[in-house]
Amino acid sequence: MNLRTKDIYVSEGWGIDENKENDPTYPMRNREYTKVPSRPEQQIARVEILQSNERPHYTAVFGETVPPSGISGQLRRYAFQHSESRYRHWLPLLLADRINVVEELVNDIKKGNIPNLFVEMGGRALWKHDKRTLLMKTARYTLCTVAAFWLIGRVFKK
Amino acid sequence: MLKCKLSLLSYGSHPKQETKILPMKAMNYRGPFRVRVDEKPMPEILHPRDAIVQVTRACICGSDLHLYHGMVPDTRVGSTFGHEFIGIVRELGSGVTNLKVGDRVLVPFNIACGECIFCVQGLYANCHESNTMSTAAGGIFGYSHLAGGYDGGQAEYVRVPYADVGPTVIPEGMDEEDALLLTDVLPTGYQAAEMGGIQKGDTVVVFGAGPVGIMAAKCAWLFGAERVIVIDHLEYRLDFVKNYANCEVYNFKSIEDPVLFIKHITNWLGADVCIDAVGSDACGNALQTITGKKLLLQAGAATALHWAINSVKKGGIVSVVGVYGPTDNLIPIGNVLNKGITIRANQTSVKRLLPKLMQHVQDGILSPKDIITHRFALEEIPDAYRIFSSKLDECIKPVIVL
Repeated sequence: MNLRTKDIYVSEGWGIDENKENDPTYPMRNREYTKVPSRPEQQIARVEILQSNERPHYTAVFGETVPPSGISGQLRRYAFQHSESRYRHWLPLLLADRINVVEELVNDIKKGNIPNLFVEMGGRALWKHDKRTLLMKTARYTLCTVAAFWLIGRVFKK
Repeated sequence: MLKCKLSLLSYGSHPKQETKILPMKAMNYRGPFRVRVDEKPMPEILHPRDAIVQVTRACICGSDLHLYHGMVPDTRVGSTFGHEFIGIVRELGSGVTNLKVGDRVLVPFNIACGECIFCVQGLYANCHESNTMSTAAGGIFGYSHLAGGYDGGQAEYVRVPYADVGPTVIPEGMDEEDALLLTDVLPTGYQAAEMGGIQKGDTVVVFGAGPVGIMAAKCAWLFGAERVIVIDHLEYRLDFVKNYANCEVYNFKSIEDPVLFIKHITNWLGADVCIDAVGSDACGNALQTITGKKLLLQAGAATALHWAINSVKKGGIVSVVGVYGPTDNLIPIGNVLNKGITIRANQTSVKRLLPKLMQHVQDGILSPKDIITHRFALEEIPDAYRIFSSKLDECIKPVIVL
């Protein structure tokens, strides 16, 4: 689609006030190069790669780590049907990230690899450098857990 | 929808290759505030311009904490973080002719092809051929699928795409920890000052006394600033930057209104240049913290940017190197218009700045390694993240030694 309806170069005064010094992109951007060069050689995908729908094709290289899987993967596939300008792209991705944590926790347990949450969350460092915060956090979480179990117990008793 | 289908077709049309099972140790993200070290398959050459680098030193960056805190969308469990690293070239693709196996290299955090329309203009941080998952962000090592889905350098080995563009041989005699900080922290601090357009005699306010803020304050002098002021809330960091960068420091916790305070100490006009070196993890404003960090209703807490816009002089410049998420933030855009402020921002194009900064380091003008306060083995990475994240043990810059 060509939206240009007339030759701009014959417009009266075209370009007479151009000022090369009026360039807030200096010195980060070198405007001398404007030619669109050829593309680098294309990497071949061996796993599923989700592609921004604002692109016509894969970039020449990409990461192949952690392809989408499970429920979180379905959400990510949905998200990538929408442009980066829309909440329906980003919010499903945030939700997928949270679901992914649970999925991988279950996977760990299935493999017999019970995660050491204390170590993974840097509990040793907290114990060494900030016992007070660690104890407060532990007390807070314990209290919440006991309260939750107590409430659930009461509901089921009724 | 059509594009998504095409992508899947493209994937399905390629033959699946065997994956090498040789294991290596790598940091493994398990969810917000949870990381561990696991065995992962060795990285492979997937493109003729790839290299495999054996990592010898890797930093944890302040922006890794945004991932660690679960604030960046599409951060998948199982990813390896780390975009600041140096190492030894162990394997090269057929298209890389400017390096040889055994070279000691520093690897800029940007993954850049060097030949797209943005790279040829020097915008290596904005390469258009390195991140399939997004168009706004360029490819970055170990920075979620938002930045291309690459594994990072907090591992024994890492795949380095476009190895003929980014990796730079570390000059003889350069301290490897100086080289390490040339991969991101120093260039980012320098570009923050450069984007400020600082002129001789200017007053510069840097928000944030983290590693990048410290470097921005130090570099502001190189452009001729007359006064450099750093604002933070951690006394130990303010003490450090006061000595390291010879600047004025103020703790915003002891000031009721930081913007009013800056007006007061700048002859009621504001600073010529304000630098946001904090990004989405800022403290200091309850509304920003709750909506940005607790409820994720905006792309992080924009407290520092808010203060920068309101503290800068009319017609002044706000330079942004703090990292924010891809959605929206609460900032006083009306004041940007009314005050005639110029906002300049970008991820740092490390390759563009490397020649100049390597010279400054070799001439002894800059000594970035002095900001390193902690060194950890890879196995200690959960503790390293916790110490850096919770600002324990007066931590400023942690390094993983492999």
